[in-house]
Amino acid sequence: MKFDNYMVLEFPSKSANEGFARSAVACFAAQLDPTMEELGDIRTAVSEAVTNCIVHAYPEEIGTITVRCRILKDQILDIVIKDKGIGIADLEQARRPMFTTGGAERSGMGFTIMETFMTNFSVTSEPGKGTVVHMRRKLQRRK
Amino acid sequence: MRLTSYLQEGRLTIALTGEIDHHCAKKYIDAIEGKIEAYMPNVCLLDFEDVTFMDSSGIAVVINAMRSVTRINGKLHVCGLREQPLKVIRASGIDKIIDIKEGAL
Ligand SMILES: Nc1ncnc2c1ncn2[C@@H]1O[C@H](COP(=O)(O)OP(=O)(O)O)[C@@H](O)[C@H]1O
Ligand SMILES: [Mg+2]
Repeated sequence: MKFDNYMVLEFPSKSANEGFARSAVACFAAQLDPTMEELGDIRTAVSEAVTNCIVHAYPEEIGTITVRCRILKDQILDIVIKDKGIGIADLEQARRPMFTTGGAERSGMGFTIMETFMTNFSVTSEPGKGTVVHMRRKLQRRK
Repeated sequence: MRLTSYLQEGRLTIALTGEIDHHCAKKYIDAIEGKIEAYMPNVCLLDFEDVTFMDSSGIAVVINAMRSVTRINGKLHVCGLREQPLKVIRASGIDKIIDIKEGAL
């Protein structure tokens, strides 16, 4: 895959890093001259994916989260968010709106939001090995 | 997390500030529940004017506020939503069960 630019972040699954991760990706995306709405969508989707790693992938321990961003041709921002946590046994169930294993503090809307806010979205997972969320967002070209 | 509130004629206004994510959501949920139980308002207004970002953790904050107010037979309104939080609320569908007032009050 041809790309124009990329960046990789690695950090521990501490909730203080949620804000850091979404801001870092938004800063990287800024070179594509996105609209406020596009930036908001990207920040939201990244926040959801990173929060899932912190809350669900590593419930009892601090593990490593990797975020990789690439800029592909035609103004496409490609984002991969990866953990080596507990994984997801039933992906279809996990992606259903309002499904959560997290109790009253979670809404079960994370995957739904990633799907609606991004142009492409996929998730692969292996129980005991971890989860990979892959998202793409095509940005409007502005004059 | 920063939150201010005031009670006027049975109406409790709670203003949230900053970015609402999982990192601070639990504190918001508990603080809002505490205020509602302390003041027992007929109407509770959640003011989002100074909320610059929220993810789905913010949905849980609104739903829990709704539960707390309903438990004391009160009503919940949400106001002052900027574009990004409004988009998240719409994507979640909770705008169908919660009264959202457009713009600031
Ligand atoms: N990275 C992950 N590792 C393990 N489980 C996950 C991961 N991401 C999501 N899940 C599972 O999928 C469910 C749905 O996720 P989501 O839609 O973001 O809702 P929520 O985070 O509010 O529970 C979670 O409750 C959890 O069981
Ligand atoms: Mg989630």
